[in-house]
Amino acid sequence: MVEERYSFNRKLKLLSFSLMILGLMGLCFGFITAPKNIQEAREVMSNHSHGEHHSENSIKNTEKIDINSLSIMYKSKKEEVEHSNSHDEHVFHQLSNKPWAALYVAAFFFFMISLGTLAFYAINRAAQVGWSPILFRVMEGITAYMLPGGLIVIFILFLSGLHLNHLFIWMDPEVVSHDKIIAAKKGYLNVPFVLARGLFFLAGWSLYRYFSRKFSLAQDLAKDNKYHRKNFRISAAFLVFYIVTESIMSWDWIMSIDPHWFSTLFGWYVFASMFVSGISTIALVTIYLKSKGYLKEVNDSHIHDLGKFMFGVSVFWTYLWFSQFMLIWYSNIPEEVTYFITRMEDYKLPFFGMVVMNFIFPFLMLMNSDYKRMNTFIVTTGVVIIIGHYIDVFNMIMPSAVGDQWFIGITEIGGFMFFMGLFIYIVFNELTKAPLIAKGDPFYGESERFHY
Amino acid sequence: MVENNKYIHALYDDDDTLLNAVKVLRENKFGIDEVYTPFPVHGLDKVMGINETRISIMSFIYGCIGFSIAVLMINFIMIEDWPQNIGGKPSFTFFENMPSFVPVLFEMTVYFAAHLMVITFYLRSKLWPFKKSENPLKSTTDDKFLIEIHSNGEDKKIKALLKKTGALEINMHEKEE
Repeated sequence: MVEERYSFNRKLKLLSFSLMILGLMGLCFGFITAPKNIQEAREVMSNHSHGEHHSENSIKNTEKIDINSLSIMYKSKKEEVEHSNSHDEHVFHQLSNKPWAALYVAAFFFFMISLGTLAFYAINRAAQVGWSPILFRVMEGITAYMLPGGLIVIFILFLSGLHLNHLFIWMDPEVVSHDKIIAAKKGYLNVPFVLARGLFFLAGWSLYRYFSRKFSLAQDLAKDNKYHRKNFRISAAFLVFYIVTESIMSWDWIMSIDPHWFSTLFGWYVFASMFVSGISTIALVTIYLKSKGYLKEVNDSHIHDLGKFMFGVSVFWTYLWFSQFMLIWYSNIPEEVTYFITRMEDYKLPFFGMVVMNFIFPFLMLMNSDYKRMNTFIVTTGVVIIIGHYIDVFNMIMPSAVGDQWFIGITEIGGFMFFMGLFIYIVFNELTKAPLIAKGDPFYGESERFHY
Repeated sequence: MVENNKYIHALYDDDDTLLNAVKVLRENKFGIDEVYTPFPVHGLDKVMGINETRISIMSFIYGCIGFSIAVLMINFIMIEDWPQNIGGKPSFTFFENMPSFVPVLFEMTVYFAAHLMVITFYLRSKLWPFKKSENPLKSTTDDKFLIEIHSNGEDKKIKALLKKTGALEINMHEKEE
């Protein structure tokens, strides 16, 4: 039996490296052009006011920023006279946060894809699914990015903890000392504890990934199902660990950027987002490999099943997005509703555009059963879903980091490109390391014959 | 027309043998009148050459009807007939109160799609309460599978073919129209 092995072709390698280099250039551009002091920030703002929409809103803007971050509001209320100075300082912080936020959003987004894929993989293992073993190696390839991606995110958090940026205001002792609410959360929200937690979670996920991969490869050569059963057991245990730690991770790494605001279903919401992006990525990688002549055994029924998951989880994501929104909208409590007011006023296009991309578009495109079997439909929808969920993360981070100074420009696209290049390199490099199909899996036969 | 009332009943006890028998009969161009099974056999519709169901299209249409009725209903109840102040936001417009209507819109859409789909299915399969069952044999609701073939005067050929496919019993049967 000839093992089918993937060889990382040169074109794709070149693409991943050029994405990384271009992305790095974009990020550097962002960091270099960010204002170094308040004077420069003022100049940037006055330049903007000439041509752009900022001028007409400039009075409204100060109002909104006050709602946006309460700590600044307390300050400015006390010292009404120094209001304009504090506003300039605030804008300066936002502008200097901008490249950091672009870096953080992209780093988290690609990490999230591989973590979502890992959850999908573990669910398939724990359920002993019959249709998907043919795709296990693809999933294992994608989850290879989780460890480096997670370390990058934690490293950025570490740099924030060193006060190189002001992404997380609870990391700033000056802010905390003037803010009763954040001070009360100090026991939980402090830099060493958050970093230690993050490392612990990442270690747990990586350990599961390491052993599951090891057992998966060992099962290929084994004569009995010992490794399969081991894999089943650790996958079930991992899922319990995962859903708790994923929730806490989403509070620590995302929700804490608005330390005054909280939502009890936030962990689920982030989970739905990473789950659907992960499944779409599996579909895209599978279709890419198929188009290169690999994975011949994958038929349109497998694609159909991935399509069903993309459709179903997109609806699930919308359900959570709307549940979170409706409860807060209905109760109308000021400290909660400010989260959505900021997004609906300053982020109108990404906020509502995201719903179109993540719900309406996949809903209509993938509703028909036949379309879920057509590669063009899956690829188009997959790309839209992935960009849509990047914007979802963008909407979670940016409003608190840069306020209304957001823009999807060179820095943001550069960040996306850099991490996409890194992601492609690590994922496809991992795919070369083992046979592309887990032929030893006891359910492989069922998966190969699978047809609907 | 005496000949045309004759049917052959072939009995099977396994769904895979049944699927294979249906395939063989179709390959030999014998018309299958009906197949009775105790449970839905996966892939039987494809082997029998039955047209693909169009119930999903109807489901979409029914959903749209349910959605429209929900919009009209909510608009009348909550906005026109007795304007409600929802969540302390006295806007009294449909659009601005829309988030609170979404669950109702969703439920009505699903309700209409599901119920009308079931009713459509009953009508299409000519089923209604107290209808007498058409099963020629009671055991097809338990563990047996039955193929009903229009004989068209080719009894012997069909019977020989059925025997080869592993039928348990082969009977002749006359329908009274």
